[in-house]
Amino acid sequence: MSNLLYVSPSPHAHAPDTTRKLMFGVIIALLPALFSSIFYFGYGAIIVTSTSVISCLLFEYLIQRFIFKKPVTITDGSAIVTGLLLAFNLPSNIPVFIIIFGSFVSIAIAKMTFGGLGNNPFNPALVGRVFMLISFPVQMTSWPLPSGFSTGYTDAVTGATPLAIIKEGLKNGDSISQLVTQIPTPAQMFLGNMGGSMGEVAAVALLLGLIWLLAKKIITWHIPVSVIGSLVIFTGILWLINPEQNANPMFHLLAGGVLLGAIFMATDYVTSPMNPKSMIIYGCGIGILTVIIRVWGAYPEGVSFAILIMNAFVPLMNAYIKPRRFGKEVKNG
Amino acid sequence: MSQIVLITVLSLSLLALISSIILYFVAQKFKIFEDPRIDEVQEILPAANCGGCGFAGCRNFAEALVKAETFEGLNCPVGGADVMAKAAEILGKVAPVVDPTVAVLLCNGSPEFRPQTSVYDGVADCRIAHTLYIGETDCIFGCLGEGDCVSACTFGAMYMNPETKLPFIIDDKCVSCGACVKACPRHLIELRKKARKDRKIYVACSNCDKGGPAKRACKVACIACTKCVKVCEYNAITIVNNLAYIDATKCTFCRKCVTECPTNSIIELNFPPRKQPTALKTETITS
Amino acid sequence: MKTFPVGGVHPPENKLTAESAIQYLPLPLSVSIPVTQHIGAPANVIVNKGDYVKTGQLIAENKGFISAKTHSSVSGKVNKIDTIIDSTGFKQNAVFIDVEGDEWVSTIDRSTEIVTEIKLPREEIIQKCLDSGIVGLGGATFPSHVKLTIPAGKKCDILIINGVECEPYLTSDHRLMLERGEEILTGITILMKALQVTRAMIGIENNKQDAISHLTSLATAFQGITVHALKVKYPQGAEKQLIKALIKREVPPGRLPLDVNAIVHNVGTAFAVYEAVQKNKPLFERVVTVTGKLVTKPGNFFVRTGTPVSRLIDAAGGVPEDTGKIVSGGPMMGKSLSNLDIPVVKGTSGIILFPKSESERMESYPCIRCAKCVSACPMNLEPYLLMSLSEKGMFEKAEAERISDCMECGSCSFTCPAGRPLLDYIRLGKTTVIKIARDRAIKK
Repeated sequence: MSNLLYVSPSPHAHAPDTTRKLMFGVIIALLPALFSSIFYFGYGAIIVTSTSVISCLLFEYLIQRFIFKKPVTITDGSAIVTGLLLAFNLPSNIPVFIIIFGSFVSIAIAKMTFGGLGNNPFNPALVGRVFMLISFPVQMTSWPLPSGFSTGYTDAVTGATPLAIIKEGLKNGDSISQLVTQIPTPAQMFLGNMGGSMGEVAAVALLLGLIWLLAKKIITWHIPVSVIGSLVIFTGILWLINPEQNANPMFHLLAGGVLLGAIFMATDYVTSPMNPKSMIIYGCGIGILTVIIRVWGAYPEGVSFAILIMNAFVPLMNAYIKPRRFGKEVKNG
Repeated sequence: MSQIVLITVLSLSLLALISSIILYFVAQKFKIFEDPRIDEVQEILPAANCGGCGFAGCRNFAEALVKAETFEGLNCPVGGADVMAKAAEILGKVAPVVDPTVAVLLCNGSPEFRPQTSVYDGVADCRIAHTLYIGETDCIFGCLGEGDCVSACTFGAMYMNPETKLPFIIDDKCVSCGACVKACPRHLIELRKKARKDRKIYVACSNCDKGGPAKRACKVACIACTKCVKVCEYNAITIVNNLAYIDATKCTFCRKCVTECPTNSIIELNFPPRKQPTALKTETITS
Repeated sequence: MKTFPVGGVHPPENKLTAESAIQYLPLPLSVSIPVTQHIGAPANVIVNKGDYVKTGQLIAENKGFISAKTHSSVSGKVNKIDTIIDSTGFKQNAVFIDVEGDEWVSTIDRSTEIVTEIKLPREEIIQKCLDSGIVGLGGATFPSHVKLTIPAGKKCDILIINGVECEPYLTSDHRLMLERGEEILTGITILMKALQVTRAMIGIENNKQDAISHLTSLATAFQGITVHALKVKYPQGAEKQLIKALIKREVPPGRLPLDVNAIVHNVGTAFAVYEAVQKNKPLFERVVTVTGKLVTKPGNFFVRTGTPVSRLIDAAGGVPEDTGKIVSGGPMMGKSLSNLDIPVVKGTSGIILFPKSESERMESYPCIRCAKCVSACPMNLEPYLLMSLSEKGMFEKAEAERISDCMECGSCSFTCPAGRPLLDYIRLGKTTVIKIARDRAIKK
């Protein structure tokens, strides 16, 4: 055997990319957001994040080992990514049992029932988050204000998020210029000094992650740019029409989970479309739906639902939107 | 309260009534007349839907049987003669006599006889290996060992023998559907006529190279020396393209060719031991 | 800098032999010249066992128009005509010759002086290519006289010369451009005359700066030839991508470059055409790169066809201890060899020896739908889908998804993070679809 030559079909070279490298690249891109969440939310951030990641890994291991009885693949990093993203969608004072419940939904129901990595139609972290929101509405909508390590895990002071302030205020008849004093400044929002879920607050941290993902070619520009672009354009139009009833695009961009969603959730490999044309349509759909839910819907934040709705269209897009055929636009001679 | 209940019951019942009338008329309008005999024949078919008959499933075959003038060329290998006789009875036709067959691999090139000369590192798929190169040995005709035939078998009648790296066919489970025959890119599997007690005699080789290269590639290759042809009293053996072939319909299982073959390329299976000791060097595929 | 807009990957270049001047490989003791070294109808052998042949003598006639002649690369006695495994991995007929001396056919001009004046008229140039057994030396080995014969109704307005050599490791075209630049440019002028065009563009990848400047300065002495640097990206050397990058025309699916009025030839072919037309020398030797990370004396060699690969590797220092795989061609599209007796043929551009650590494929995992294969495909295809369809046997659907557009460049399998054997199944799908299409045409 030692002197026999290997014969295989071409190609005989391979790029250094592996699934694990890509997943760990995403984890590294999430580190700035992780550090900012710990900085702003202290012990709560550490407890919620570690519970989420550990229970995601545990559920994946148990199901693969004892139910599927197939090789365990928790080392490929995808469960860790789901755990981190799920944690970043949660308030930092959420009880541990709810987190475990959410991890179970994310991994066991949204990912494993479809056959594991590569087969799920919906973003697992978002499915978990939405399940938790509907099952535990009170705990899932009380958002701690940033207080670092000065408060403990469960006794953080909660307050309304900027989006909630605007939504409630508009409902009560206030105008934007009256509400502007109650919301953080754009600089504060950019740095993350506001109430909200752990991962969505610090725009600067998320943008650092985006630069890493693009530089390492883990994602392409199409989805983040189209989500952010369509959101900015749509809210821009609304703001120009009536600046007193609609917040400006910069506010919409920095408040809530748009950046987290555009950079990390919508770009999830398994649930996003497979070619650039579809990716742009998908991104625009998410941006527009988010604005619709925020402005006319019942919830102050719409990114999670928008992404899940567009996930449902992805198989359709993959089947019918094809790349332009090479040589097709030249007239047949 | 009771008024609401009354209105509910009445309106739902009315809805149900209207729906059933519509459904009845639609069912009548779009009804397809089907010969009831098709259902009868389908009942007695084995319901394996394997395609061995050449049709797309048992119902399709039942239709073909009903529509056909005679049963010529129509046979269900899984059900066999019993099922064909029953179908003939239902339809008032005559079932032709078809010899039952069983799948046999015409290659005995295990690593013991056929040295490995390279390592195939591609996808474990015979079709892909076959279009890539001659294979892991110097025999360009022999079994590639990646198991397309085993995957094709829906009756669990085949498995890859890890020692011989050749597929093993379980006679009891083989229903002769022909799926493995179609799956093999080198056409190494043949459906041979079944003999009593599952006995088989066949040339376990498909090598069409001349004797020299054939023997160099594999110790038990057929070298077309014609000794078997000369010793067979029943004219059952022919040599085409440097390869001997035993016609199972003419063979009387006298076993003379087996001892005559100098490379032990001809295999006998499920026979009692011979009375005189003979130098049978090989018998890798055992029952 | 010019490049093709869609797809492409960046395998490590590993041009270990870019500085190695071409050496002449000493003649082996015997050669086994495969009779058919081209695409098209197999050639007919015209010599017999025991015949004495000279270097450059015709030993196989072309069968019909889309076929090519084969010439002896050595002088000696024909030992036998027998089958041999060639670099395709399958057996074909070959002429085995025991080498005696090196007596060339007397009509070949062996002088080294470069002749730039082209005396032959167009039709005779094309006939000369046929008589000299010229085939495309880029690897496809398509008979050149067929490419030079423009069918009625089509026209050609530009000749494109492929000096790209986008495959890693290979440097035979690079060294040929550096050392035989004038001959190549003369060969290009001959081709231009044959095609009746006034413009020729040479495309060279930007990792060969020396070749680009050398040919640019030489080209001033020739009419109508321009040299263009191209961005380093695989597969820039594929003819459709080359045409798109240089003149922004896209060859329609299933058609040839001639359908966009362009013809593409490799620089090696241009050199062979020069030798054939100006020196009466048929094609029986070519430059082959022998390379690999563990090879002790990697280099570029002029090799006679029929030379066993073992001989080449010996000249490069022998097979290294830890060798796992030997590839004929480049790492992306080359064929891995099962033994060392396989002979060098007209299409052999290089022999690469890989250490064991780089010879085994990575393990295959389920698809994570990252779409990197879609970004990598230069033909705008969706490899993950084509593999799925082929794997499941849905060949009609694969045909509708344009599986026949695939040129088997290997970019998809190269880039897949899950190590999926995309190209293996796509190839299977392509051959099955061709069969289905052929059966359908027969039925009509």
